[in-house]
Amino acid sequence: MNIHEYQAKAILRNFGVPVPEGHVVYNSNAARDWAKRLGEGPWAVKAQIHAGGRGKGGGVKIAKNADEVKRFARDMFGMNLVTHQTGPEGKTVKRVLIESGCDIADEFYLSFLVDRATDQVTLMASAEGGVNIEEVAAETPEKIFFEAVDPVVGLTAFQARKIAFKLGFDVPQVKQAVPLLTDLYRTFVACDCTLLEVNPLVITAKGKLICLDAKMNFDDNALFRHLRIRDLRDYDEEDPMEIEASQYDLSYIALDGNIGCMVNGAGLAMATMDIIKHYGGDPANFLDVGGGATIERVTEAFKLILSDDKVEGILINIFGGIMKCDVIATGVIEAAKQIGVEVPLVVRLEGTNVELGKKLLVESGLNIVSADGMGDAAQKIVAAVAGRAS
Amino acid sequence: MSILVNKETKVITQGITGATGLFHAQGARDYGTQMVGGVTPGKGGSSIDGFPVFDTVEQAREATGANASVIYVPPVGSADAIMEAVDAGIELVICITEGVPVLDMVKVKKYMEGKDCRLIGPNCPGIITPEECKIGIMPGYIHKKGPVGVVSRSGTLTYEAVWQLTSRDIGQTTCVGIGGDPVNGTSHLDVLKMFQDDPETEAVIMIGEIGGDAEEQAAAYIRDHMTKPVAAFIAGATAPAGKRMGHAGAIISGGKGDAASKKAFLRECGVSVADSPAEMAEALLEVWGK
Repeated sequence: MNIHEYQAKAILRNFGVPVPEGHVVYNSNAARDWAKRLGEGPWAVKAQIHAGGRGKGGGVKIAKNADEVKRFARDMFGMNLVTHQTGPEGKTVKRVLIESGCDIADEFYLSFLVDRATDQVTLMASAEGGVNIEEVAAETPEKIFFEAVDPVVGLTAFQARKIAFKLGFDVPQVKQAVPLLTDLYRTFVACDCTLLEVNPLVITAKGKLICLDAKMNFDDNALFRHLRIRDLRDYDEEDPMEIEASQYDLSYIALDGNIGCMVNGAGLAMATMDIIKHYGGDPANFLDVGGGATIERVTEAFKLILSDDKVEGILINIFGGIMKCDVIATGVIEAAKQIGVEVPLVVRLEGTNVELGKKLLVESGLNIVSADGMGDAAQKIVAAVAGRAS
Repeated sequence: MSILVNKETKVITQGITGATGLFHAQGARDYGTQMVGGVTPGKGGSSIDGFPVFDTVEQAREATGANASVIYVPPVGSADAIMEAVDAGIELVICITEGVPVLDMVKVKKYMEGKDCRLIGPNCPGIITPEECKIGIMPGYIHKKGPVGVVSRSGTLTYEAVWQLTSRDIGQTTCVGIGGDPVNGTSHLDVLKMFQDDPETEAVIMIGEIGGDAEEQAAAYIRDHMTKPVAAFIAGATAPAGKRMGHAGAIISGGKGDAASKKAFLRECGVSVADSPAEMAEALLEVWGK
């Protein structure tokens, strides 16, 4: 799960991490009034969307007076902000963060993440702050420093100092960096983050360290123990169909193609998308109904696929382990009865109770093409959709 | 021979009184696995469908002589269940549970350091040595005893590969589902080493996914040390960057870990790579010369 910058900064502030004073607003008059409340200018006016690279798209402005704050905010509200992370369709700005500005003397990059190579939380830092860290990693990897954190001991002061000295900090900044880094680590662990990124961390003209931007991603598997973090989810930032899917514990991701897929298991679901592409088709979605799906979940999954207007054919690929083929068949029949299916439907069933599942589909009287094996199934649905188009 | 499990393996089920735990304990017993009991705290001393139930793993191991444990405990208690099994001296722990928080697994890995125990999973289908021992949720009947080792991050995609082999009358030594999570107990590389050392395994199918560099590490090992033919498939060639496809591990970030670069490197290392998931067995046969 992702949250907005202003939400991440509020969490960091609670953990004692230095962040700029600021306030989120939903209209431009409030933007002007909050700027005055925050004190002297200049102010940063920052569009809040779940994507990086906002500055380049016009989503971050520095205002010199309160009227300018209002004007910038007014321009941002409702604006379709396109960055390298939003995709070409962009994202609509509905929230704007007003912050006290600061004089930047130097910029750095910091992040904590789970490194799957070492199975440890790792601190990553670079003196190349405020830029795209992926570019730094690709072009000058020697400019990125790492410290792996022992989960029992936590980030130690000496590790924080090692990083701070490598970044070239002077002693007054090293002294600030130790609590800052250990507090960031505490936040990471306490909130079950998968990523906590500060880019840039700045040294102000007065020599103070402050986190000027912050990004937090959370482990979806750990949200059960973080009810308050779950409340920060902004549904406007997500695909409505993905939200609908999540209510039924379905793993769904919308894609651009026209062949709807329903598969059990994430690996097989990815492979099913791959094989559709392999035979010249284009998948409309990734959909994993999971191992222990009920008839209700299968029905909802099927409805979800059909609610996508782009879908011109459906491929169901099930290899039943826990998931029994008769459950899948019953769910599909139930959904088809409720809403009707007017596009070609190819079903490939294998595994537990496969004969019963196939029998149910045949007896249902639905217009279903049955397939043997993944290759056969993919070729049949690609051909059926191509046939419809011509 | 085989790797990790065989007909001598004695298995307890942690979470045996839950519907999922019991269902799969029964399934494994029907397959012929020595399922010797189970653990549910607070229900020790009772029995369920003939399985003796114990309060702790320690008690279960002492009473049954179990050397393996399979975990169906919900995510909130999975890490604790793994550590309890490790503490009790169980040699092989298989965690089926999906949705274990990653920072819990970071702690588990630290806890297991220096201890003589292997963890498979979490978020995995389990492990099977056909016609001897099935531990996990895979359908037993698709497997057949034979010379091919199978290792995979995915569950159902493993069944797919196994079924392609069995349909061609090619059996398997052992099939290991290592799980799709970013922090897990056993890697592709660990399993490949075991297959290389197992005299009965003649060839291997490895199924990988986008994300991370586990497949690349495995490929380098195959190039430098493996004398047995290996075929591979990498799922996720069409996955959009930055999206998580069910498996937390399967996410491409910053252009790293994409399917095309993984496939290219595997080929460089002499692995026969299937472009279509329907052709995993064929890819193996090509390089195996059978």
